[in-house]
Amino acid sequence: MTERTLFRGGRVVDPASAHDAVTDVLVEDGVIVGVGDSASGGRARVIDCDGLVLAPGLVDIHAHLREPGREDKETVESGSRAAAAGGYTAVVAMANTDPVADSAAVIEEVRSLAARAGICDVFPVGAITKGLGGEEMAAIGEMAEIGVRMFSDDGRCVPTSRLLRNVFEYSKAFDVVIAEHCEDATLADGAQMHEGYHSYTLGLVGAPAEAEEIIVFRDLSLARLTGGRLHLQHLSASGSLELVRQAKATGLRVTAEATPHHLAFADEDLVTYDTNFKINPPLRTPEDREALRAAVADGTVDVIGTDHAPHSVEEKEAEFDQSPFGTIGFETALAAILTNLVEPGTISLARAVETMSTTPARILAAADHGGPIEPGRPAHIVVFDPSAEWRVEPPFVSKSRNSAFLGKTLRGKVLHTMYGGDLVVVDGKPQR
Amino acid sequence: MNRHLLSIGDVTVEDIVRILDTAESFREVGTRVIKKVPALRGRTVVNLFYENSTRTRISFELAAKRLSADVINFSATGSSIAKGESLKDTALTLQAMGADAIVIRHSSAGAPYTLTKWVKGRVLNAGDGTHEHPTQALLDLYTIRERLGRFESLRVAIIGDVLHSRVARSLAFALVKVGADVTIAGPPTLIPPDAPAWGVQVSYDVDEVLPKLDVCYLLRVQRERQRQQYFPSVREYARLFGLTRDRVEMLPEGALIMHPGPMNRGVEIDSDVADLPQAVMEEQVTNGIAVRMSLLYLMLGGMGSEVGGDD
Repeated sequence: MTERTLFRGGRVVDPASAHDAVTDVLVEDGVIVGVGDSASGGRARVIDCDGLVLAPGLVDIHAHLREPGREDKETVESGSRAAAAGGYTAVVAMANTDPVADSAAVIEEVRSLAARAGICDVFPVGAITKGLGGEEMAAIGEMAEIGVRMFSDDGRCVPTSRLLRNVFEYSKAFDVVIAEHCEDATLADGAQMHEGYHSYTLGLVGAPAEAEEIIVFRDLSLARLTGGRLHLQHLSASGSLELVRQAKATGLRVTAEATPHHLAFADEDLVTYDTNFKINPPLRTPEDREALRAAVADGTVDVIGTDHAPHSVEEKEAEFDQSPFGTIGFETALAAILTNLVEPGTISLARAVETMSTTPARILAAADHGGPIEPGRPAHIVVFDPSAEWRVEPPFVSKSRNSAFLGKTLRGKVLHTMYGGDLVVVDGKPQR
Repeated sequence: MNRHLLSIGDVTVEDIVRILDTAESFREVGTRVIKKVPALRGRTVVNLFYENSTRTRISFELAAKRLSADVINFSATGSSIAKGESLKDTALTLQAMGADAIVIRHSSAGAPYTLTKWVKGRVLNAGDGTHEHPTQALLDLYTIRERLGRFESLRVAIIGDVLHSRVARSLAFALVKVGADVTIAGPPTLIPPDAPAWGVQVSYDVDEVLPKLDVCYLLRVQRERQRQQYFPSVREYARLFGLTRDRVEMLPEGALIMHPGPMNRGVEIDSDVADLPQAVMEEQVTNGIAVRMSLLYLMLGGMGSEVGGDD
């Protein structure tokens, strides 16, 4: 039996087709079959989108799903569900699992877990080095052959220039992206937060912005030398942004990412030692945050990645220096961007969708995702209320609740998520 | 006063004056044959020490006992903490046992803040990592006031490993608060670059600083800082930044020499300098008991019947 869903009267924001107008979208058997008023008609489940925004399903280029290894924090299934609740129809799964995703076997395991859950597409990221050890190259070719598009030792960078050079060279054979967490491990040794007035006053070891900038410079240099394809993860320092701006001006093929929490918070938020603000790279100064917002607006930053990093309550309740880094992010990302960037007029709604769906899909070569919303395309769709206000508080759909946004009031709420024609989230509630 | 004493930021200038005035009245108790008053009878004070510190623990213990409080010493070694109990569970246990005040010493900066999330009693920070040590600063202020009679425009230098010193932070914040003129000095590697934002001046030249001082406050320099490459050798540190016999001559007459202890004789302070009459380390220790009595009294007893309750 044919299954038809009609999204009626929403503002369709679709950067891939440069479309931004109020119209109808008709989905039939998992495929978009009509866009425009003519899409109406026939028997269909009608979803009233009056006053709402309809966009291509969001794509997260940076997330940790923790399975295999730390299923107490998140599983591929619970992570998929949380992602869908946040409007995502595709997310990556970073390689720092146990075992590490440094071979085709682990990649296949994560994929099959994702397929079984069937709530969103999951693109496992392969490790660059074996066991994330920073010494020997992982099976990049083997993983690329089965379709892995992004490689990263996220949590640290490739430690030596020599090894990274070889990785860039070797990876050119496979048209893959090398994603780097830029941090000079010796400058950031023992660091708990950004180094500056607040770290000195709080008595916490800080990492200077230069710990990031030095590696950004190195990585850009090596990408230029080799022609390798570099993606810079979660940039936090204004100096890094300036380096990326210069590199792009010379035509270097590089993409840069920012997280919703770096765009929302700063080091001054750590004054009560709240471990939910303990993040790596650290929240930097309000000036860095402003530079980051401007960089999203001017295109220096290409994508918003959540760096969804679930941790157990026990771990986050520990003493500050013993607590792990990270915040969950799927369920608050869109609202955080709408609240902190779209609402004040820093970026347009279309730019928000571009950075959270269109461009990450392109980088990941996730052809089914990121729009365009046109007939014949797979029906990966998010519908959200751009003006609904809500307070971030547990319970979360994620298994973890270590959110930097806890207690904050955000504007913009995901209502419906359609993944391949299935309404996996309706009225903000996961359906499976 | 604030509910807890976690940092010097928790006390106002008025609070400081009240704490020191109250301490003055308790100083006399320590000179009696029977060194005890019934002010905190029936109250329970827990010394929760995750880090060994004989002097601070004994000082707090004596302070509580002289106020007739029941004192429990709970240290990391040989307790449930050594068995892996979390700070939260330890806190909940102490809470369930009715601790009215918890004095916490911890190697992690911010641990006293974390503790306040789970206990109803007062929390006193007895030193947390490289963050603060507010009771040390208050006893130092007491000692300075008693000796010199004022804070306003008093010229104080804090010399040494400011970067890693909880004493330096609390003392600098407290002195700036009461109007003193504070300079921090030492090797640039051990001075936070943003220190001027604390309202202090910075110098890397001890010889330039010494002739202008009313108080010369020396910090303990741990030998492991040499291994971490903050300075080339302990010998060079002592020569350039230590208070040697020769440097004492540069101090104005009547200037105090202070140190929070334990001292590294021969590193930040020459052995015979530590024994000079203007070196008031023993007074600091004695005053520490009175100041901690004052704090416990003001935070527990001086506040009426809601003590230990939920306000």
